[in-house]
Amino acid sequence: MSFINYSSREINCKIVYYGPGLCGKTTNLQFIYKKTNPEQKGKLISLATESERTLFFDFLPLALGDIRGFKVRFHLYTVPGQVFYAASRKLILKGVDGVIFVADSQIERMEANMESLEDLKINLAEQGYAIEKLPYAVQYNKRDLPGVAPLEEMNKLLNLNGVQWFEAVAPTGVGVFETLKSVAKQVLLELKKHY
Amino acid sequence: MADSDLVMYENEFQRIDEELQKLHQQANATVVFLVDKNGQLIASAGDTHDIDTTSLASLTAGNIAATGGIARLLGQKEFTILFHEGEKDNIHISLIGQRVILVVIFDKRSSLGLVRLRVKKTSEVLTRLFDDITSKAEKEKREGGKAAESPFAEISDEDIDNLFK
Repeated sequence: MSFINYSSREINCKIVYYGPGLCGKTTNLQFIYKKTNPEQKGKLISLATESERTLFFDFLPLALGDIRGFKVRFHLYTVPGQVFYAASRKLILKGVDGVIFVADSQIERMEANMESLEDLKINLAEQGYAIEKLPYAVQYNKRDLPGVAPLEEMNKLLNLNGVQWFEAVAPTGVGVFETLKSVAKQVLLELKKHY
Repeated sequence: MADSDLVMYENEFQRIDEELQKLHQQANATVVFLVDKNGQLIASAGDTHDIDTTSLASLTAGNIAATGGIARLLGQKEFTILFHEGEKDNIHISLIGQRVILVVIFDKRSSLGLVRLRVKKTSEVLTRLFDDITSKAEKEKREGGKAAESPFAEISDEDIDNLFK
């Protein structure tokens, strides 16, 4: 649910990074934080455990610039990936405008990826969203590791609708901005359709 | 889409702003915020200089969402008021019309009783205001008309690409 303020001439949109535990959602946000100009970003907030596992969410506000005199702001959120935080994940999806599904490319994590994708679909449906209708992209992360699944295989398992997908190595930033840009673009084009 | 987008025009924004200014004054509060349930700051009154308002908005919404989750587990519809007491500053958070969150930060110059009383009054006004906004948006949707010129109609791929330069 975007928030369009004609008074302050601002558009705020919410993008959520979803995926199984340790797939690199927080790392995506950390890289974006590192690489944006100070005047474009707010604080990166991480509600994490002592062992740096996301407990509730990470949050990064990003002001990208102006479109037709309107300040465009994206609020980036991650969900906690671990299975037992299901209740928290549901809450964070509230009012989402676009979703990035981050998948762990390691073969042994394929089951976790599929489980998380299923969880995403269920949680979206509960809020009245359908994944096919939402601005959405898939990121195959950790491509630099040995023993990763072939892309063809991953697309078959995790991208049945054939949406845009990206290879990524989040710690070094490969694919990070490309993925964000893809979903941000879809979100803005969605606004164009409605307003 | 599940929710409709929140669109706010100058006129409504001013009315909200006036209400918040009034509350800020009458409750003797340090700062007053209005936050969308999804974590986006709508308006504020008071000295927000030293406060990271964007983060505050998102965390407040997270807080309300988590409390709402707890409420449902306990078979309650929602807990409408949260209050956190600090050493110097206190924060009073209340849910208005299931849609927006009113946040009041106050110190010893005010009291919880006064804040609660004033918040109640403001809530009633804001509820009506947001009902107006919602019905206006629905009317526009039905009629397909727009109250103001849309900034998006002309959006081009190039505009979007420029954001990522």
